[in-house]
Amino acid sequence: MQWETVIGLEIHAQLATRSKIFSGASTAYGAAPNTQACAIDLGMPGVLPVLNEQAVRMAVKFGMAIEAEIAPYSVFARKNYFYPDLPKGYQISQFELPIVGNGHLDILLDGEIKRIGVTRAHLEEDAGKSLHEDFHGLTGVDLNRAGTPLLEIVSEPDMRSAKEAVAYMKKLHALVRYLEICDGNMQEGSFRCDANVSVRPAGQQEFGTRTEIKNLNSFRFVEKAINFEVERQIDVLESGGVVVQETRLYDSARDETRPMRSKEEANDYRYFPDPDLLPVVVEDALKEAVKAELPELPDAKRERFKSQYGQDQDNASALTASRELADYFEALVQESGCDAKLCSNWVMGELAGALNRNALEITASPIGHERLAGLLQRIADNTISGKIAKQVFEEMWQGDATADAIIEAKGLRQITDSGAIEKIIDQVIADNPGQVKQYLGGKDKLFGFFVGQVMKATQGKANPAEVNKMLKEKLR
Amino acid sequence: MHNKTIAELARGLRGGEYSSRELTGVFLGRIQRHQDLNCYITVAEVQALEAADRADAQLAGGKAGPLTGIPIAQKDIFCSRGIKTSCGSKMLDNFISPYDATVVEKFHSAGAVLLGKLNMDEFAMGSSNETSYYGVVKNPWNLDAVPGGSSGVSAAAVAARLAPGATGTDTGGSIRQPAAFCGITGMKPTYGRVSRYGMIAFASSLDQGGPMTRSAEDAALMLQVMAGFDAKDSTSVDRPLPDYTTGLDDDLRGLKIGLPREFFGAGLNSEVAARIEAAVDEYRRLGAEVKELSMPSLQLSVPVYYVIAPAECSANLSRYDGVRYGYRCADPADLTDLYTRSRGEAFGAEVKRRILIGTYALSAGYYDAYYLKAQKVRRLISEEFQRAFAEVDVLMGPVTPTTAFGIGEKTADPIEMYLSDIYTIAVNLAGLPAVSIPAGFVEDKPVGLQIIGDYFTEAKLLNIAHRYQQVTDWHGRIPQGYE
Repeated sequence: MQWETVIGLEIHAQLATRSKIFSGASTAYGAAPNTQACAIDLGMPGVLPVLNEQAVRMAVKFGMAIEAEIAPYSVFARKNYFYPDLPKGYQISQFELPIVGNGHLDILLDGEIKRIGVTRAHLEEDAGKSLHEDFHGLTGVDLNRAGTPLLEIVSEPDMRSAKEAVAYMKKLHALVRYLEICDGNMQEGSFRCDANVSVRPAGQQEFGTRTEIKNLNSFRFVEKAINFEVERQIDVLESGGVVVQETRLYDSARDETRPMRSKEEANDYRYFPDPDLLPVVVEDALKEAVKAELPELPDAKRERFKSQYGQDQDNASALTASRELADYFEALVQESGCDAKLCSNWVMGELAGALNRNALEITASPIGHERLAGLLQRIADNTISGKIAKQVFEEMWQGDATADAIIEAKGLRQITDSGAIEKIIDQVIADNPGQVKQYLGGKDKLFGFFVGQVMKATQGKANPAEVNKMLKEKLR
Repeated sequence: MHNKTIAELARGLRGGEYSSRELTGVFLGRIQRHQDLNCYITVAEVQALEAADRADAQLAGGKAGPLTGIPIAQKDIFCSRGIKTSCGSKMLDNFISPYDATVVEKFHSAGAVLLGKLNMDEFAMGSSNETSYYGVVKNPWNLDAVPGGSSGVSAAAVAARLAPGATGTDTGGSIRQPAAFCGITGMKPTYGRVSRYGMIAFASSLDQGGPMTRSAEDAALMLQVMAGFDAKDSTSVDRPLPDYTTGLDDDLRGLKIGLPREFFGAGLNSEVAARIEAAVDEYRRLGAEVKELSMPSLQLSVPVYYVIAPAECSANLSRYDGVRYGYRCADPADLTDLYTRSRGEAFGAEVKRRILIGTYALSAGYYDAYYLKAQKVRRLISEEFQRAFAEVDVLMGPVTPTTAFGIGEKTADPIEMYLSDIYTIAVNLAGLPAVSIPAGFVEDKPVGLQIIGDYFTEAKLLNIAHRYQQVTDWHGRIPQGYE
């Protein structure tokens, strides 16, 4: 039987506010346990929450970016359950009336654009962390993270493969960083995902029974976990079984999902409006103000890169995948005055490769756009060839010298003097009479051999175009 | 000295008749002598005398405010830094707050002297002060009777002259009912007028702190300190604070008083009714016009309250889990054991009952029928009050159906106990201000008159109460044995 996969994602994006959503404590990551939890975060008797305006603003910004309805009136509710890292015994979240309603996000996969619906996005506070190591059979609780603002973004069940899910997640990841509402740091848990997965016979209208895979904190895990889960569900169904609606955990070490204890499933959260907080009223003035602050968004930027810089769909998408990369590219074009294609080839080629090998973000690139511009200018003005440029790039990566300094110091300047090149060509022809004879006898492929010999003799410094032209003449 | 009102004491302090240290000493001595009433959970003797010395220095420097050097007592529901804050519960018997409630801080800044922390019904859940972990409290007017609840001890302490004034909190009548039972003046301000920050929550949408004093003038002086916008409480209302004392003597001619028929129905003791009618006649003599009106939805306030208040409390009390502070059971076997035994061993029966009711009312499948329906009726009650205030300036009626009942009389029947708040609860549901003032006695036990006003009419209510106290002396009576 043919099976169709149906996926919906719930993504928790930690909002990049300085202080917590309901208290003045800092949200900075990595402090000593319980040093960034004030009386409010600790759930002391008598304390009260006060909503962080920045968190609201960021949620509105997100809503506008996905062309969603912004609720003029939304309500915080208490989600009741007991857990040691949940200080109040309830989490303040939004339930019936979230701040962001229906919106959408377009993803690009294999050259096709697909629209994914966003059901809602709501504000809530994060819980603390339970630490099971180092306490000799006891559990430690760190409440630094308690009260950190989260935006939970819930998609429609619109994705049909793990690849689509990852594309959606990446797109969302790029968007929240474009908007500067989330640092997107997945290792620190700033951007994490729960995946709802089901399968159904191809062509069937009704959804199959879904399972929810919790707390996936990398794109790779999302893909692997979904793929595993899809296979598992198909196996269950094809062997005559039924999929049980449950919450599962992905074990990356074993590359499998397995059910969480069923006890945690049976929760009735007894949501009700939090009487300590007033409804959130978003006035038009706020929406206008936020709209004015909206940066150029990824899709608009991609289209502009296509028209302004002559990039194809894939390149334009890749260059606009992050705001920082796009900014780098544009600064490079501006600074170098070189052809945009040359710039994009280098950004997507050498630079991206080197960053990848060293696991660096573009913002941490050892070669800033000014230095790279200096290198590209030397390619453009034929001071060096593309091949030599790669060598210069390597040197630049290791230190902080400019391209010109390296070219000078290493004598890499391209030989464009036709007299000098002619001499070397004559020498190559004289040294290889056999090959000359074969070539003139019709073995055209040997032309490359002569180019190689000339380049070798000049340590690659001869201008390749010039070499080609002159060799053609000499070997006529 | 202890029989003087706050207003009188303030004049004495400023006139140099006595120092705050002397005054504080007098009250600390009385607290010591009258331990039988079981009023104080914590007496903050050392801090009180230090605060008195600071106040005396301010008085000497001519920098004194109206409350500088005045000893007051806090209900043990207000968090006080460095001083135990128990909320009347075994759960918080070991809890020392790391911070001051806004109300506590305001009294500190006003130069008042904190004598100590007063007993109360556990987590403010009770109408008789019989649910406290720290034991039953007696009514100074009749040692076999309850002082009311949950701020019954604040009322008892003020009536017995163990503090010139005290704070209380009112969720369903917890200031007004004990004020009535103990023959003192108690005001529940408009919801949002007094900050709830640091006031341990029972039912967040209903809780409101207020003053409990021997006169309306004193209530005005204390409210002046307690009230005001607080950015730390999102439900606090940002609007200018009037001067509560300037209008106290305003003339009452032309005042329109409404008497809701529902306040004078079958459940009302006829002797109590007679005192209330006499008080209303007094207002007629002061030039007020009186008319009867009907507010049928008031009848629904008790059932509505006993859905909403327990629902909110069931979540508010979840933080007491034995993990971070407060009581923790010995040797928990696992997490569930830690939760169930810590809570099971440290909460009293009434608190457990309300957590259970609230948890049930919020459960899937019941939420719409109970909580949501209760919220709708709550809105109807508020609207009915607004219609009434379109016709009259204030409403008057009894605070309670009877005078203080006997200790142990209603503990076996929670419903019977809940019905003792039948006239006060609707005011909390609507968020309105109301004051309870002494209006006579039945069999030597005080009767309270309730005056309810529209939102933010505290100054008017205090004016109305003060004028009555100028022509009567019920509020000046002293219980025998506490002269």
